[in-house]
Formats: sequence, C-alpha cells, structure tokens
Amino acid sequence: MSALTPIDPALWSADDQPHLMGGKLPSGEIVFPMPMGDAARDVEPYKLSRHGKLWSWTTQGFLPKEPYEGPGTGEGEGPPDFEPFLLGYVELPGEVIVESRIVGAKLEDLSLGLPVEFCIVPFNSQHTTYAFRPTGTAEGSDA
Amino acid sequence: MSENVYIIGAGIHPFGRTEERSGREQGVYAVRQALADAGLEWPDIETAYGGSAAAGSADIMVNELGLTSLPFTNVANGCATGGSALASAQQAIASGMYDLALAVGFDKHPRGAFNAKPAEYGLPEWYGQTGMMLTTQFFALKIQRYMQQHGISRKTLGLVAQKAFQNGAVTPHAWRRSEIDLETILNAPMINDPLTKYMFCAPAEGGVALILASEKKMKELGADGVKIANISVKTRPPNSFEVFQAGVSIEEGGKPTVLASQAAFEKAGIGPEDVHVAQLQDTESGAEIMHMAENGFCNDGEQEEWLANGWTARNGKLPVNTDGGCLACGEPVGASGLRQVYENVEQLRGRGGERQVAGPDGKGPKVGYSHVYGAPGLSAVAILER
Repeated sequence: MSALTPIDPALWSADDQPHLMGGKLPSGEIVFPMPMGDAARDVEPYKLSRHGKLWSWTTQGFLPKEPYEGPGTGEGEGPPDFEPFLLGYVELPGEVIVESRIVGAKLEDLSLGLPVEFCIVPFNSQHTTYAFRPTGTAEGSDA
Repeated sequence: MSENVYIIGAGIHPFGRTEERSGREQGVYAVRQALADAGLEWPDIETAYGGSAAAGSADIMVNELGLTSLPFTNVANGCATGGSALASAQQAIASGMYDLALAVGFDKHPRGAFNAKPAEYGLPEWYGQTGMMLTTQFFALKIQRYMQQHGISRKTLGLVAQKAFQNGAVTPHAWRRSEIDLETILNAPMINDPLTKYMFCAPAEGGVALILASEKKMKELGADGVKIANISVKTRPPNSFEVFQAGVSIEEGGKPTVLASQAAFEKAGIGPEDVHVAQLQDTESGAEIMHMAENGFCNDGEQEEWLANGWTARNGKLPVNTDGGCLACGEPVGASGLRQVYENVEQLRGRGGERQVAGPDGKGPKVGYSHVYGAPGLSAVAILER
C-alpha cells in the first residue's frame, strides 16, 4: 500500500492523522470539496472533522461507466473484476455533509446516525481514496 | 391583464424504442398528430418552441413540416426542456403577440444509464473516478434517508412500480405494456439499495407536441380546449439536496418542487384537494413517493397508507401517473415533461380510453396537475382545468 498515491493530492491533508479538505467561505459556511479556480477566491482551506454520523447510504453493485477507474476498469479487466462497495453521506457536525465510500461494514449494519470515522483505503492498483468506517472498526488506515 | 391560454391539440409518438425514426422524426410525427387533433394545418402555426437533450435542434423540423418562415426557438434546458418550451409558448400567447403556438419535445438516448462527466458539472475528477457520480445513487440516497425518517417500507416502493406497469399495460403510448407482479419487482436485481431494476425508469425515445391557442382563437375554431391555469418553473433554492453533490449543507434547505408547486397552486387559485388527476416525476419509485408530499398531496409518511389503500390507482381518490409515468414510458428527457401534460389533456378531454379516470362525479376529471423534476435541481408544475 505504501506505493499507492492519493487519487487527488489535495483531497485530504498530509498529516499523520489526515483530514478531508473542505473550504471555509467568508460567510463562515463550510463547504466540500474545496472549490476550484475562481470559485476558490476568498475561500480558506479547512480541515474537516474526522468523525461524523451516517446521514444516508446505498450500495453500488454494478460496474459504473467511465470516468470510473476502480477495479474492473484496468487493462484486461471487466465486470467480473468489479468490487461492489457501499457509499453514503456523512454529517460532520457543525460543518458539512460529505459524500463518501463506507468501509468496514455490511449493508445491514448501517443505520441513520451511526458514528463513523475518516480513513484512507486502497482504491485501485495506483491510488488510495478516502472513506468512512464505523467508529472502532479496523478497515482502512488512519494515515 | 394577460390572455387565457388553452391547449387545443395534442400529439404523441409512442415512447420506447423506434429504430426506424430519429428523435426529430418522432417529434415531427407528434406535431402532425397535434395539428390533425386541432383541425389545423402547419402554416396556421404562428410561433414554435421546442427541443431535445440528445437528438438535435427542433427548428430543423421546418424541413419536414414546411418552410412557413415562422419564428422557431430552440429550447435546451435539460430535464425541463419540454416544460420550458410549454411555458414559452404559453407566454407568447398570454402576452397577446400570437394566437397559435406550438410546444414540442423529443429525444432519443443510447441504452443504459446517463453518463455524466465531472467537469461539465463543475466537479473535480476524483468524484467520477471513485464511482460516486451516478444519478441512480442520488435517488437511492435520497429515498433511503426519507424511508428511515418517515417509515416508508420497501413494499411501498414496489407498489409504486406495480401500479406504473398496470397503467402502462393499458396505455397505447407506453413502452412497458405488461404488468409485473410485486414479488418480481421486489426480488429483481438491486441497482442501488433500496431500489431494484424495476423501480427505475430507463432512458428512451419519444416525441410530444402541444398546440396552444388564445381564447378568441379557440372559440373561432370551435376547438376542444383545456385551459392552462398556471405553469410555474423554479430552480433550486439555497442548501437544497440535489443530484451530483459531493457536499451538502447541514442547514436543511428548500426544495425546487415545493416552490414550483406552491407558486402554481397560488396563481391557479386552487389547492391540492382540488386536483383530480396528477402526473408526478417518477424517475424511480421513491421519487413518486417523495413528490406526493413535496407537491402537497399528503404529509411525509402518509404515502405508506396511500399506496396500501390504492389511493393513487386509476380508481383511487387521486390517480397518479395514469399512463404509467416514466417507469412505464421511459424517459426521453426532452419529451418527458410534455408527455405528462399530454396525458392530462387526454384525461381532461375524456379520451383516456381504458385508462380514463372517472373524476369526483363520474363525469371525468376537471383539474389535472403535472410535475417534472430534473438535474441540476429544477421543477416545473403545470395545472390544467376543464
């Protein structure tokens, strides 16, 4: 896993305990992701909380079309190589609700308000991505 | 004071898959049918508005329909293309500038779910690369939360789809013409939990044309018209929850459907209890359920009782999606919103055939309501009166 690089270098902080990067608007409102280009003017990068509560969730059981780059899209790969995943929205209290992969859980484990924490997980043969896992489970890494 | 506007002609090309006709040819087919319905010829039409999302410009239709030099405005407004064309045609007549106008929408999409590119929506590439930019996920995420908060069951999602296919089976312009039983719907392959394959509509093909007239012109022609009581189009307010959002505000925001619905009811001077037949955006089963409440027809959570009692069936107290909606007709984006209005025109004129609803006094419905919703968060509501 040490050879894997982030899917986007600006998506989370490089700290030992990484944080997803949002933005703080002049109004004080916290947004995710950090805006790009002209829209980023006057927006301060903001380290989002590593802990939140599950706001909604669903399954992804079939291979998405491009621009998806996960397992099943590599050279010589196809739908049989696809790895189904869970995703959802996580409410970071007082900040913003972020869309994320959910790891370390089965569909039937998920419920509204379930405490979850930020982690980094392997994504494909080259990159890592971010996810949230139920608090106290082992999946993914903290760094 | 603006003029009253009436729909005096309605035409449709059957939805689904038609290999031998382009999207625009399906639009032309619908226009010819609408003209015949109104007892008019193409040169009678004074102005036209139309469009498609993926099948080219509407104004090219004059090649087939006739070079009458009329002003023909192309409309490109995503899921609201048809609704915007109708609103524009209505305004053209309400202003007093024209007496006869055409609104037309058509489309032809490739098979499979719509394919979106992050940059076109102002989103970073990782959002698509990591598999989170799928419209079907958004609908699942929205209804999943709603079900938890308001006690909606999976069975109720299935009942919405079952009703759609029951209605589609008796609708000549529908794509899915066979009933599907509840067990099959609930046990079908899962697209995004809790929504199975039969709970989603599919991109499709089709065309719809409506001919609008001033009151003076309608009387002069002796035409069979249905009055447009109001059309309201609204885009999303701050902090709303829409498709393709990597981040959502923690402040609960407004909803474009609620805004469009409230505006339409207020301007039409009626309330939800006065509606006799409704066509509500049903991209998937959950959307119909949530839109019943967002449009003011019931409170959050009451849909469980409504569906269990069949209150939205053709013989229920408020028939919803009487032609099978998007679930049975598919969704050609440019034509879909106009299909809903077409269906209400047919119902209000008593031309619904096997799917005709009785109305409160058994003499047919007098008020029809239609609602279209689409990316990136907009709604159009049209209320028709007989």
